[in-house]
Amino acid sequence: MNTAAMPGGDRPILARSPLARLPDRALKYGLTILAALILALIVYFFVRLVGQARPAFAHAGVFGFTFNNDWNVSGEKFGALPLVVGTLITSGLALLIGVPIAVATALYANELCPLRLRAALTVLVELLAAVPSVVYGLWGIFFLAPKLQPVEQWFANRLSFIPFIGGDSVTIPNYFVAGLILAIMILPIVSAISREVMATVPADHKEAALGLGATRWEMIRTAVLPYCRAGIVGGAMLGLGRAIGETIAVTIVIGDAPGLGKHLFGQGYSLAAVIANEFGEAQGLHRSALFAAGLVLFVLTLLVNGVARVLVSRASHPSKTPSAPQAAVGPGQVAGAVAGA
Amino acid sequence: MSAPTPMSGQFARFAVSPARRRKDKLARAAITACTVIALIPLGLVVYYLLSKGLGSWSWSFLSTDPTGNTFFKASSIGGIKSAILGTVEIVALASAIAIPIGIGVAVWLVEYGRASGFAKVVRFFVDVLTGVPSIVFGLFIYIVLIVGTGSSYAGYKGSFALALLMLPVVIRSAEVILLLIPDALRESALALGAPRWRVIFSIVLPTALPGMVTGVLLAIARAAGETAPLLFTAAATDKTNLNLGQFMNSLPVQIYKDVTSPTTAVVNRAWGAALTLVAMILLLNLIARLISRRSRLA
Amino acid sequence: MTPDGTSPQVADMEPESRTGLGRERIAPQTGAPADAHPVAPADAAGTVETKQGLSVTLEQLKAFYGDAEQVKGIDLDFRANEVTAIIGPSGCGKSTMVRCINRMHEEIPGAHAEGRVLLDDADVYDPSVDVVAVRRAIGMVFQKPNPFPTMSVFDNVAAGLRLGSGGRGGRGKADLHAKVEGALRAAGLWDEMSDRLSEPGAGLSGGQQQRLCIARSLAVEPEVILMDEPCSALDPIATLKIEELIDELKKRVTIVIVTHNMQQAARVADRTAFMLSGELVEVGPTQEIFTKPNDSRTEEYVTGKFG
Repeated sequence: MNTAAMPGGDRPILARSPLARLPDRALKYGLTILAALILALIVYFFVRLVGQARPAFAHAGVFGFTFNNDWNVSGEKFGALPLVVGTLITSGLALLIGVPIAVATALYANELCPLRLRAALTVLVELLAAVPSVVYGLWGIFFLAPKLQPVEQWFANRLSFIPFIGGDSVTIPNYFVAGLILAIMILPIVSAISREVMATVPADHKEAALGLGATRWEMIRTAVLPYCRAGIVGGAMLGLGRAIGETIAVTIVIGDAPGLGKHLFGQGYSLAAVIANEFGEAQGLHRSALFAAGLVLFVLTLLVNGVARVLVSRASHPSKTPSAPQAAVGPGQVAGAVAGA
Repeated sequence: MSAPTPMSGQFARFAVSPARRRKDKLARAAITACTVIALIPLGLVVYYLLSKGLGSWSWSFLSTDPTGNTFFKASSIGGIKSAILGTVEIVALASAIAIPIGIGVAVWLVEYGRASGFAKVVRFFVDVLTGVPSIVFGLFIYIVLIVGTGSSYAGYKGSFALALLMLPVVIRSAEVILLLIPDALRESALALGAPRWRVIFSIVLPTALPGMVTGVLLAIARAAGETAPLLFTAAATDKTNLNLGQFMNSLPVQIYKDVTSPTTAVVNRAWGAALTLVAMILLLNLIARLISRRSRLA
Repeated sequence: MTPDGTSPQVADMEPESRTGLGRERIAPQTGAPADAHPVAPADAAGTVETKQGLSVTLEQLKAFYGDAEQVKGIDLDFRANEVTAIIGPSGCGKSTMVRCINRMHEEIPGAHAEGRVLLDDADVYDPSVDVVAVRRAIGMVFQKPNPFPTMSVFDNVAAGLRLGSGGRGGRGKADLHAKVEGALRAAGLWDEMSDRLSEPGAGLSGGQQQRLCIARSLAVEPEVILMDEPCSALDPIATLKIEELIDELKKRVTIVIVTHNMQQAARVADRTAFMLSGELVEVGPTQEIFTKPNDSRTEEYVTGKFG
């Protein structure tokens, strides 16, 4: 084949023109620059957000802004405690209600469910994540909240001896409904992560338990749950991150009352809701305070998500070093990655 | 041991004690019950969407703009045409921005960055982006494109906010798929003397394409349902507007505006719009699932 | 065991036998014209028969994964148009060593190689040498058959031609077709495949897939083909076909084959090298290695005492 090149000696076979190498370098450096630009962009956004929030922080101090219990727009007082508390109460409720149900769903799908139903069940739970936030808000305020009100009132009356639970009259939009809606919204992500972590339980652990004569529940309790604890906690933290940042549904069903709610079934506010609700009309210091609320929200989710990622990656790769968390991803994780966003 | 169920001969003495058996039954029942409870909201949401939303649906509902006359009778409040077109346009531009960039970054991570220190930093930042609340993306874009330029709301600004939201989803899902492509495939192409860029474009990306389409469609579906990033970037308007440089309506923002209305007809429009939005998103999900089922990487 | 017609010479360990093949055209890059086709296209498809392979010489070749030294300074000569088999227990570094020859080793993150690998007399690790050109001159067949899953049989064979050039293979459609046919014929696949060219490559049987991969390597007209346990995923009949093919192919290329199967080495190789723990224990004519090896470790291995 090389007869044409043989006699001349002018075509060294190990050479290639510099021109032919060009696209390789262009692609490599182009993509590297792209990745670097993304980093730069995020840093730039963060710096600008801090800049916009500075007047509000200067006004009351970072600590004062976050923990003063006084959000009064006309009085130019911006203490975000009612918002922070609202965010924490609703997200806490979401975890309390959502995580046990999500874990149970994952257990059912992985350990109890007939194989034929497993895929369908998984799809249905994931569909919960496909419903937009605003639709949950719409459904929550026009269906869930009114239907729940008598039940809530009953609880409030019976349990009035517990502080913060009841005594007062129940409003239709309130902390509890917001928490319940959030619980529904975080269910798919917590369930997806739990399912993934449970799938990593080695079959011989489970068989060892069953082989000793354990019932199915005893097998779950002794072999599955202990093995998955870190992963489930991580999944719950990811859910918490979502609940904290969730905006529109909460804005619709929390009542948007700019004070600290007196009880669980009273109106309140949250960090995300205050931005959605007031940003359009805000000016000057008020606007800066809303940026500051956004910054607090951002930092809060960053912390929660950071802890969550560490827990999940440790749980899914127990034998591997955390330096290679992407090495063992499976096709199911596409959905996980999407749901986690 | 007195087992409640008849045990034949030898095995009777190995029978599980009634207490353990009861506990097992109880736990299983609780787990099953929780699973059923988890699915109830889905059923209720779908039921209410259909029962309330279908009533609003009509040709004129889909083909007229909202009028803003919220205090008159139902026939004069208009439909959701501008919201549908706005959502389609905003999401299309957001996809056009986020998909190439996202896949580019994923390719860099898998093919070039690999386990390098810089790649770890990039992955970390992508994770950070994943956790950012959607309303904060709206704030970012507001600061840079509205405060920064001194101009007003515009459809394309909403697209940028949604693109930021889609970016980590696209990167993550594309990266997962690219990692599934066996190294043997890359190596055999490299061993043929193919330059790396040709390996990427002719071997890696075509093989990964079906899987990446799934992730991309799910990202689009997610972005289409977002309200918060659009509130102070694309804003809202009643009139149909095809120019991305102007105020632009969208389905989620339309629903959000209508929810707070005291007029029943307007709330019904919200239900109709919600049904439309959910139908669009479910369609994208369905297509994504069909594609991913068809293409299982070996 | 040695195939007839190739009289094995006396075992010589010195890498000096580059005689008779020294063709001046192999020189490090010296002001080469800007030409994306280092290997000139053939005038006709049938001329493959006249082609000859080139020798490969390893000089103090070392390979590392991070800091771990997997290949510990090997001197070895692969003679042109001969089949050299590398045997040794798993983990002895034989695959790594072979992957250093066409510089695939460095594709693994953190891996690098030291020493010299001469293709004829050009060092493939010379800084002026382009790694892509190295791989076009030195083809490789992998352990598991891996046709490109998105491509047809034809496209798989044409892949190397298309991927290496600016987009189209060769000088035109007819030329490309001729080259693909030539490569498929050379891989003994043409009769089976001539009417199945548009079928997906992944749909063939394992043995056909592996011959397809060989055809794919042949299509770019390499001087040397490295085979990394090419039959380990195949059944005995498919293996036999590949072995017959190897015997045929050595007329035009130099072949290095890694195998864990000693019978296979004995069947196909002119010379055999035995490696242990990253070092070359001995190399010589296949018959000698299997019947009267110099080193006791070789004897223990070939008689099945370990490994």
